[in-house]
Amino acid sequence: MKAAGVFLAIALALALQTTLARFVVGGTAALDLVLVVVVYVALTTGPVSGMLAGSVAGIIQDALSSGVIGIGGLAKSIVGFAAGVIGQQFIVTAALPRFVMFLAASVAHAAVFMGLYVLLGLRTFPSPWAAILSQAAGNAVVGMIAFTIIEGLPGIVERRRMRRRL
Amino acid sequence: MALLDIRQRTGYLFLAVIVGHLILISAQVNTRRGVPMLEAVTFGVFAEVQRGSSSLIDKTQDSWQNYLALQQVRVENERLKLEVARLQVGLQRERAVAEQSRTLQQLLDFRSSVAFATTGATVIAGGASPDFRTMTIDKGTGEGLRPDMAVIAPAGVVGRVIMPATRASKVQLLIDRNAAAGALVERSRAQGVVEGTGAEVLRMNYVSGVADVKVGDQVVTSGIEGIYPKGFVIGQIESIERGAGEFSAIVIRPSVDFASLEAVLIVLTPPVAPE
Repeated sequence: MKAAGVFLAIALALALQTTLARFVVGGTAALDLVLVVVVYVALTTGPVSGMLAGSVAGIIQDALSSGVIGIGGLAKSIVGFAAGVIGQQFIVTAALPRFVMFLAASVAHAAVFMGLYVLLGLRTFPSPWAAILSQAAGNAVVGMIAFTIIEGLPGIVERRRMRRRL
Repeated sequence: MALLDIRQRTGYLFLAVIVGHLILISAQVNTRRGVPMLEAVTFGVFAEVQRGSSSLIDKTQDSWQNYLALQQVRVENERLKLEVARLQVGLQRERAVAEQSRTLQQLLDFRSSVAFATTGATVIAGGASPDFRTMTIDKGTGEGLRPDMAVIAPAGVVGRVIMPATRASKVQLLIDRNAAAGALVERSRAQGVVEGTGAEVLRMNYVSGVADVKVGDQVVTSGIEGIYPKGFVIGQIESIERGAGEFSAIVIRPSVDFASLEAVLIVLTPPVAPE
């Protein structure tokens, strides 16, 4: 059940990612919604789930893009595993730690992703820091919103039901 | 349950996922030489495995050949030793045959040079007692041998037949203490009687004290006793002891090496005793 939910979240993220990409200013991907899902799964369920989610999501994302299949999967697997481990070792239920986690995960993902491409001589990334930081910040914000919505959604529903009864 | 087990081994799982991704990436990325990275890495890794296995096999083979297979080498060594021994025996036999052939050839030449009928014989045994200097030859009465027939060799006089059997004969050597032969000094024609001493030398008796004899003179048969043909070599004078009496004591070194006799000739025609 949990796995199905994860797959559904990934599919939704991919759909949103591919749909919203063309609306992004300048055509640059300022957000990586798939990565947000992976980090969220890792923080909520653990390193193995995070890693598997990152692996599957990354490979699908690679397959849908024109890049080398596996690089994104590898980057997201590492990030998912690391985020899961950190999520188990530290208390990341407050807003700021979660923000930092999303931010750091995005930076780490970008480092691994770009690093592998550069290492293999497939692509170059001149002055990537601005893009990395902006994407990391965007992912962190979206992640924070996602957490807030998902955690707050049951309470909101419950309050509406109470109002209707009154 | 099994899934839980796997999930508990997060480190292994993480490693497996990373390796899986690396393999996936390598399958799509080419190296600078244009070879797919997966192929290059696989080949590189497998080449090292091949190198290691080849080295292991070589070392194993080397160890087998140098150590474990030594048992086989030991067996082969024993077999070769036996082969060498057999060949050495064969070589000695061939040498013996060659030497025998040479001796027989000398005997044949000698036989053709003598004017009377002879037959060849091979020495098959020595004397049974050191007190009696005899030998046994492989010819007997079946080949026409009779007692008192002269036995000669290319080097000189050997002795006489004293006991012929059907297929073998006993020969009394000239050095036997009971043997004797009429003799003369070839140079001066001084006559005497050569007698055996039982040792390796002969003694010439009955030589006149005034006879012209010198050390080194050759002594030959005179044929006077009717056994030995005249003119066959007996030996050389080794020493002379001139006594106050009528005769001198002359020691003769036999020309025949009795210790190495292998083949001899038996004179079938009795010599005609000089008148």
